[in-house]
Amino acid sequence: MSGILLAQQILNGLLDGVYYLLIALGLSLIFSLGGIVNLAHGAFFAIGAYLTLVISPYLGFGGALVLSPVAVALLGVVIERLLFRRFYRSDPILSLLLTFGLAMVAEQALRMIFGAPPLSYSIPQELRGQVVVGTFIYSFYRVVLLGIATACVAGLWVLLRMTAFGRVVRAGVQNPDMVGALGISLQPYMSAVAALGIGLAGLAGVLLAPIYAVHPAMGNEIITPAFVVVVIGGLGSFWGVVVAALLVGLVKGVMVGIGYSAASTAAIYLLMLLVLVFRPRGLFGERITRFE
Amino acid sequence: MSTKDKFTRRTLLKTAGGLALVSGISAPSILRAQSADVIRIGHLTPRTGFLGPLGEYAVMAADLAVEEINAAGGMMGRKVELLKEDSVNPQTASTKAERMIERDKVACIIGEISSASCLTIAQVASRNKTLFINTGGNSDALRGKDCQRYMFHVESQNSMYVKTVGRSFLQEGLVKGKKWYSLTADYAFGHDLLRVAKRFMEGNGGQFAGDDLVPTDATDFSAYLLKIRDSKPDLVVINLAGNQITNFLKQYAEFGLTYPVGGFGFDTALAWAAGKGNFVGTWPVVWHHLIDTPGSKAFVGAFTKKYNKPPENQAWGDYVATKIVAQAINELKSAESPKIIAHFEKGAKFDLLKTRPGYFRASDHQLMHEMYAVKALPAAQVKNQWDIFSSSGPVPGPNEDLEIIAATKEENSCTFPS
Repeated sequence: MSGILLAQQILNGLLDGVYYLLIALGLSLIFSLGGIVNLAHGAFFAIGAYLTLVISPYLGFGGALVLSPVAVALLGVVIERLLFRRFYRSDPILSLLLTFGLAMVAEQALRMIFGAPPLSYSIPQELRGQVVVGTFIYSFYRVVLLGIATACVAGLWVLLRMTAFGRVVRAGVQNPDMVGALGISLQPYMSAVAALGIGLAGLAGVLLAPIYAVHPAMGNEIITPAFVVVVIGGLGSFWGVVVAALLVGLVKGVMVGIGYSAASTAAIYLLMLLVLVFRPRGLFGERITRFE
Repeated sequence: MSTKDKFTRRTLLKTAGGLALVSGISAPSILRAQSADVIRIGHLTPRTGFLGPLGEYAVMAADLAVEEINAAGGMMGRKVELLKEDSVNPQTASTKAERMIERDKVACIIGEISSASCLTIAQVASRNKTLFINTGGNSDALRGKDCQRYMFHVESQNSMYVKTVGRSFLQEGLVKGKKWYSLTADYAFGHDLLRVAKRFMEGNGGQFAGDDLVPTDATDFSAYLLKIRDSKPDLVVINLAGNQITNFLKQYAEFGLTYPVGGFGFDTALAWAAGKGNFVGTWPVVWHHLIDTPGSKAFVGAFTKKYNKPPENQAWGDYVATKIVAQAINELKSAESPKIIAHFEKGAKFDLLKTRPGYFRASDHQLMHEMYAVKALPAAQVKNQWDIFSSSGPVPGPNEDLEIIAATKEENSCTFPS
């Protein structure tokens, strides 16, 4: 394989990781603050994709890009208020069962409303085409996708690091009792975090609907790698998730690039195994006392 | 809330969760008393997972067929009852097949799409001497080294798919001295298809520029697309299955690749999902909704009326299989599997909604029938979301033997285990 192709594969793998990032960041946030293992996260991704199909005939892809994640985030708040709230800081097995059931309900609901066969949806005309930089040719749509995803991740980082909101959330992750003792109720922050995390999953649904098959079980396809990313990165670590997502994309892309495509999925699990052997809390995992 | 309440609720939830997990494996269907006035048929097909969307068409079609059979007087004057289950995976499929036969006393089992599940169902069916009609498993091995006396195949074997579309490739000059790049689903179906495809290529003077195995859970093909662009093939060959074909086609269009595309495995639902402008290439299909025969038109009409969309090829398989069983039972005035099998093996003819009737080949139980090669229409010519391809005439042609596209004895031979 030529050096240029290898370089392309490495770059493509890193870009690929960005999609996992959108899903995995939300998963990690919701888990670190409330202790909810959200198995329904993939379902919100699927709902985001289906909403894109519903909204874009009226408001175009741009309209869907704004509205669909907002609608999914609102749905997230409702679910948080009605269900998640009851399971904060209790045995994770309970939230696991709850969200597992929720994922099945969501998938069946999509199946009942839209039917089981995948629906067609294409990249909007104005976002088609290729970007050519020297010998490197890449899909223009993916460049746009990368831009949007990077902006969202950067925005989230600023929100968590630079604002009062972020300080409370981070304090809540570290020591919720102390935050409570200071007279701050974590409840509204939990709702906001659920909205952010689930909204990001919805956004990923919008961004991937034009290039993936849109079908009721599409959430299942993305949730497993997202969990792997969270585990590799380490719970509660923003940069851990970022690095792990890029690493997973890279490993997958390079395995295909060098001709071991059949093992590309297995390689990710092997990577997870290696990381866990040497760093049981993940690459940048912090100690979360209440789960140990 | 007191601690005690909380404890009991938690215990209850845990128990309920445990039950839910167990019932996922063995979902209880209502146990009915045996009655003489009903004939039961078991229908097993994947309704979840990457083959689920096709399975859904299979179920719709089997329902329609049973409805029509009952309206026409049932089987031997008895009403037909269809027991439907999601086969999920090979292990679950065999458990459910076992239960349908032993507890529900079904006359036969119809269905399945995954070749791996077909194999486990066929083993259960043979052990219990019950007929199984495969409507969607393509692998040649099921008609060769894994063949079973109690298993018949309405779905075409991989050899038939390869030879059908292979004729189109030959006509377009895409074989002799040409470089193919293939992507193959990394499971029984894909491996079998690749083996048959290689045999065809080598026999006709083509060669593979590269063949990548794709894990069945892969959804992103960008890394493969970069490799394909780098190797500049004369033809890109897709031996994928289910939603992977749709994903591939959408991303192939996204990356702006223009090499001719074709594939050996195909389902119209996946072309519909890729949609206008994304669906490209030449593909083999066992049946499609645009076939211009009175039988097909009636089927498409009835299906569209009931479900508001045209049937896709998997629907045809389960519809025809159910009709074949009904016809055989009514002709024989018996629902006993050994008698039906003898009837099939003697070459009984069946209307398959195509231009000529078909029959099961006694040597490997493969249905001998016409196939079609479809070609994506240019986007400008597409008028609606369903009619997005044009079709070849029936393959083999009117003056040819139906057997010429099937695997020969040398290519794939079956010796039924006694």
